[in-house]
Amino acid sequence: MQIIDAIGRSLQQVPVFADLSADYHQLVAGCGALSVFQSGETIYREGAAADSFYVIRRGRVRLEAHVPGRPPCIVDSLGAGDPLGWSWLVPPYRLQFDAKALELTRLIRFDAACLRRKMADDPRFACAIYERLVPVIVGRLAEARRQLMDLYGQPAGRSQAWR
Amino acid sequence: MAITAPLPQPASNPWRISPWRISHVRRELADTFTLTLDPPAEAADAAAAFQPGQFNMLYVFGCGEVPISISGAAGEGGRIKHTIRAVGAVTRALQRLRAGDVVGVRGPFGAGWPIDDAAGSDVVIVAGGIGLAPLRPAVEAILHARERYGRFIVLYGARSPEDILFARDLGRWSSRLDTFVDVTVDRAAGAWRGNVGLVTALIARVGLEAEHTVAFLCGPEAMIRFAVGALAKRGVEAGRTYLSLERNMKCGVGLCGRCQLAGQFVCRDGPVFRLDRTPNVFQVREL
Repeated sequence: MQIIDAIGRSLQQVPVFADLSADYHQLVAGCGALSVFQSGETIYREGAAADSFYVIRRGRVRLEAHVPGRPPCIVDSLGAGDPLGWSWLVPPYRLQFDAKALELTRLIRFDAACLRRKMADDPRFACAIYERLVPVIVGRLAEARRQLMDLYGQPAGRSQAWR
Repeated sequence: MAITAPLPQPASNPWRISPWRISHVRRELADTFTLTLDPPAEAADAAAAFQPGQFNMLYVFGCGEVPISISGAAGEGGRIKHTIRAVGAVTRALQRLRAGDVVGVRGPFGAGWPIDDAAGSDVVIVAGGIGLAPLRPAVEAILHARERYGRFIVLYGARSPEDILFARDLGRWSSRLDTFVDVTVDRAAGAWRGNVGLVTALIARVGLEAEHTVAFLCGPEAMIRFAVGALAKRGVEAGRTYLSLERNMKCGVGLCGRCQLAGQFVCRDGPVFRLDRTPNVFQVREL
């Protein structure tokens, strides 16, 4: 019970869940456990069951894509306060990337099945969770699209010819 | 509270081209290099008095003239540095020059970063790609008088780890306990242990007290557009946000009109603009 209370208090510091009601903090915390990963340790692997969802309390995590014949391609890095993983929300609940700790990283690990069950039982709770996670997903999609725009490159062609 | 950018100090004779000798060439990246230039004696005082954020017109004889921001001072006698990306005919010609060669210089021109007016505030520097070059003298000036400022944050984004400009300087700034430096790249492979993502993600994560913060931004306009949005989301007012714009500057003193942007001239009224006085280049497609 003490751990659940501690996780509930931690969630108040996590931007994405900070404004959830105290009842919902307890509901989320009831599915949570604290976990620690050493630098370089794998948190999860692409293709595995998305049976967990994480919030980073301290440290940094990178998401990698395995590309045959090449070094792993790093697609994103996350830090304290960031939620990690959303494959648990969408069938078939399979992880899309590898996640590795870049330094000693402390996380809250939530049992995805437990959260999904509580969301199915209480549509208002489900709505509250979706309302907080969908903006994160949309924000990361927008960031990923902007990364494709090569923002730091100079405009190509004639616009730079005068230089 | 809004802060006023320093007024441009026109060069004594803006049309006169002085011959400056290249004392050192440093390769920074595959397409980027730094020229250290020695001014002739009569131009040394004006050269040494440049404001961070100002630019010079560099003339390659027989080829052409381009505006290049001053990227740092280099010791005594008004010796200064220009960091240049080779993207066109003149910058490629500059890239071919070696120590001992001479370039023509006019300047310095334009309005710089409001370093003095930012004293007492927290300062956030947001740079992308070669945009770190015009900001480097501002960073050095703030570090030189560090006690005059609150929190000092430098956020830098580049395409890849191989494209990080001034990596040694970033490391030196980062090693100071009174300065927070964070770097991110768009893409990286295995060995990179830093951040991956846009510089806007760094803005979202860094601790800011918006009402006490002054922000200086420089980089490609595409990056500035999104960085300005991320700062606004954190509550940093347009009156405390400064950015450096670039256009095809020719005369340097607002006469020829080549760099006119809405009702302003980038060479004379900028290149550093306060966001709320900036021609709306981020929303008006024709600009």
